[in-house]
Amino acid sequence: MELSELTAKELSQMLRKRTCSASEILESVLQQIQEKESDIGAYITLTEDLAKKQAQKVDEKLAKGVELAELAGIPIAVKDVICTKGILTTAGSKILENFVPQYNATVFNKVLAANMVVVGKANLDEFAMGTTCESSALRFTKNPRDLTRVPGGSSGGSAAAVAGNEAILALGSDTGGSVRLPAAFCGVVGLRPTYGRVSRYGVIPLASSFDQVGPMGKTVGDVRMLFNAIAGEDPKDMTTIPNKKFEKSFDIKKLTLGIYKEQFNEHVDPEISASVMKMVESFKEHGATIKEISVPYSEYFLPLYQIILTIEAASNLARHDGIRYGHRTQEFKDVEELYCKTRSEGFGPEPKRRIILGTFLSSAEFGGAYRKKAFYWMQKIAEAYDNAFKECDLLISPMSCSHAFKVGELVDPIKIYALDLCAFGASLASIPALALPCGLDSSNLPIGTQIIGPKYSEKFLFDVGEFYEAHCKT
Amino acid sequence: MEFDVVIGLEVHVELKTKTKMYCGCKNEFGGVANSHCCEICLGMPGVLPNINKRAIEYAIKAGLAFNCKINTSTKLDRKNYFYPDLAKSYQISQKEQPLCVGGFVEILLDGGTKEKRIRLVQIHVEEDAGKIIHMPESDEIFVDFNRSGVPLIEIVSEPDLCSPSEVKAFLETIRNTALCLGISDCKMQEGSLRADVNISLKQKGSSKFGTRCEIKNVGSINGATRAAECEIKRQKEVISSGGEVEQVTFRWDETLNENMVMRKKDKSVDYGFFAEPDLPQVEILNEEIEEIKTSICELPNQKIRRLMADYKLPYADAYLLMEDDEKNAMFEAVAADFSGEPKKVANWILGDLTRILNKQNISFADSKLTAKNLEKMLEMIENNSISNTAGKTIIEVLMKQDVHPETIAKQQGLLQQSDQSVLEDVVREVLLENTHVPELFKKGKTNILGFAVGECMKRLKGSGNPTLIKEILLKQIQGSVEV
Repeated sequence: MELSELTAKELSQMLRKRTCSASEILESVLQQIQEKESDIGAYITLTEDLAKKQAQKVDEKLAKGVELAELAGIPIAVKDVICTKGILTTAGSKILENFVPQYNATVFNKVLAANMVVVGKANLDEFAMGTTCESSALRFTKNPRDLTRVPGGSSGGSAAAVAGNEAILALGSDTGGSVRLPAAFCGVVGLRPTYGRVSRYGVIPLASSFDQVGPMGKTVGDVRMLFNAIAGEDPKDMTTIPNKKFEKSFDIKKLTLGIYKEQFNEHVDPEISASVMKMVESFKEHGATIKEISVPYSEYFLPLYQIILTIEAASNLARHDGIRYGHRTQEFKDVEELYCKTRSEGFGPEPKRRIILGTFLSSAEFGGAYRKKAFYWMQKIAEAYDNAFKECDLLISPMSCSHAFKVGELVDPIKIYALDLCAFGASLASIPALALPCGLDSSNLPIGTQIIGPKYSEKFLFDVGEFYEAHCKT
Repeated sequence: MEFDVVIGLEVHVELKTKTKMYCGCKNEFGGVANSHCCEICLGMPGVLPNINKRAIEYAIKAGLAFNCKINTSTKLDRKNYFYPDLAKSYQISQKEQPLCVGGFVEILLDGGTKEKRIRLVQIHVEEDAGKIIHMPESDEIFVDFNRSGVPLIEIVSEPDLCSPSEVKAFLETIRNTALCLGISDCKMQEGSLRADVNISLKQKGSSKFGTRCEIKNVGSINGATRAAECEIKRQKEVISSGGEVEQVTFRWDETLNENMVMRKKDKSVDYGFFAEPDLPQVEILNEEIEEIKTSICELPNQKIRRLMADYKLPYADAYLLMEDDEKNAMFEAVAADFSGEPKKVANWILGDLTRILNKQNISFADSKLTAKNLEKMLEMIENNSISNTAGKTIIEVLMKQDVHPETIAKQQGLLQQSDQSVLEDVVREVLLENTHVPELFKKGKTNILGFAVGECMKRLKGSGNPTLIKEILLKQIQGSVEV
């Protein structure tokens, strides 16, 4: 077995036992990249030189007996919305095609501080707007499980890198499913943390109220390790929150798993529903209590999410004006034309669509009514989840209605938006959700499930996920 | 036709915090272009704002000084618009839950004899934008972001002002108060106090308001006063000639001394305000507000009124003393013990002393002058031991060394001769040698007396008490007339 096929946990132990070196791990990963990257296209930028130096440094330190973080020496892919000092950061957009930040995102500083090995910047839908990774203006990423299919989005490059063994771990970002959906399509594990648990500083925003950086890996254990490395309050991000102790501890006999009624609906592929139900059954066999739980208002999820997202996205994208950085149009007669041409040339159709919608929804004509009402309902939805968690510990649902689509199969934006229907709830309620594979369907494509917990329940989610991996998986 | 003038003001005051509103960059005027900038105030992708607590504290201070209600829970909003000097293409400001609401600014009018309350809508915190620099030699345009993110408060008044002189008094009160609170240096030439002036006219007696025009971003108190005068005149002319005032936004041109049209109504901007999602709600504790309250000293207009009431000073003197803490401290220390009129103390401090200080370009702190010595010197003038002129000589010494003024007077022979018999002898001598004096005086040329006093002073080497000499002269001349 190649080193690149192992988990972060296994590699970390091997490094400590000195049965392999960080440079050997990296070499194995680079080997995969050399063989597959031209087909998969997970990365926008490869940072091979940096990675080699980092790996070498880890080996030197380990040789000297220096105590290092548990993820030291583990190769990681970083979604290209995360700003990396001195390294191209494009957000998958032409408007930032040549943008090299002079600062690091806080999460990237944590990756560096943990002595992880940075393999490259992973592809994504332009400004993280999409569910198939096809809206990237710079790279075309395919699903390593089936190269005729999309990897999901927007963190498609991150998921593909892990699934294709082109990295051991990856950082994605999740606004309305952007970590979880590609995790499901590519058959890897991904977490959307409680809003505020991971710093957003230096992460190019889509919608500030929803964005969270999420860890991705082959196993729940790996995702747990990466989450522990990146989570925490950050003085540079005033929306981060201190961790609160989650009062429940995991015991399969005491676990009450809620079947998320609304998300087993007619849109979901029966094969997926069946697979998730099989997972539920295996929990039941080990002693867990199973209940059907209803969370109201799901018919509002998509419009509420879209209102808040487009308003914030339009404003967040306004700074790309061609004045200080990024693309600037060649010829213009005045500032007005500079703006119009720069932005018309620089943004792809998806950002444009959302800028138009968001600008309309926040216009003075409505006096902020759309966003205010949306926040009112966000509060209601959070309460609805709180009520649900009085009945059960966690909710379980399919991660998506369908398995990975064929490249180019999905063109209608409304259908693309709807792909994330299972994902919006956790985003709207600011609660964590773990996406993990629960089997393969008849076309041999991965099926993803999602377990959703109350605020601060990440550890509990990991415990449940790891129990499933250890005892229930067939 | 007679009109009532209706004016409302929006005043921007730059806060003199050490760092900017949302990042750690230096808040300092000037400097090499774009040298006080970081990824945050340059609006780079992915960065987040961080609220400067000191700026919030300063804004609360202003709110308390102007009698506002402080919102203990306040939020920041995005004001979205495109402009090359606006790094993020939105300004983080406040709309729905401003930090300070209501309140009023009390202004003094008619030489301090009248007070008027100008009600406030709110005071909120926001950030400044960068500066656009047009290169004169080419058509290139540059942007300097040193000012980008500098903390501001915006003070929004109700349309309670009725004249340009009220505009002046309002802005002066804001400037003086901000200086007194230590929250801004209010340097007009550095743009740290700027006003938007909204003006409309209303027919006298009518309750219907006229169409409002706005003059944006006026950088000086005089400019704002002049801009208001011009706009009132313009609107009066438009209405008087049967026209209708259109809604126009102007920009005050300081050099041309006139209002220039910026945009008409149809081009009004839609800012698409919404709550800033990158910042949490700002919660302020009542204890914090109480603590800030205790740090507020006597406010300028209170001081002016107190000086006028307690020391019977005219408004002009009280205003000058209010403006200068050192001089006022000196004044109050001296006036407390001085047996004569406090106005005399003010005259000395604002007159001769100020002249000497200005000439040497120093402040009271740089001189050796103590309130005790000044008071003793003034008492000597008051009881005729020295003349006013001698006082000026003594002051120059007192500025350099801490000695008793009487010692100086003795050393320099400045003590006045007030011995009746000595003075009578001198007067007699002078009158004998100048027989024309009584003759002319008898013919009604009374100003010849001045000449005689001068002659006496010469003989006394300037140490005679002129009042006494004059009395004796009169007595002797009139005595000779009778004889």
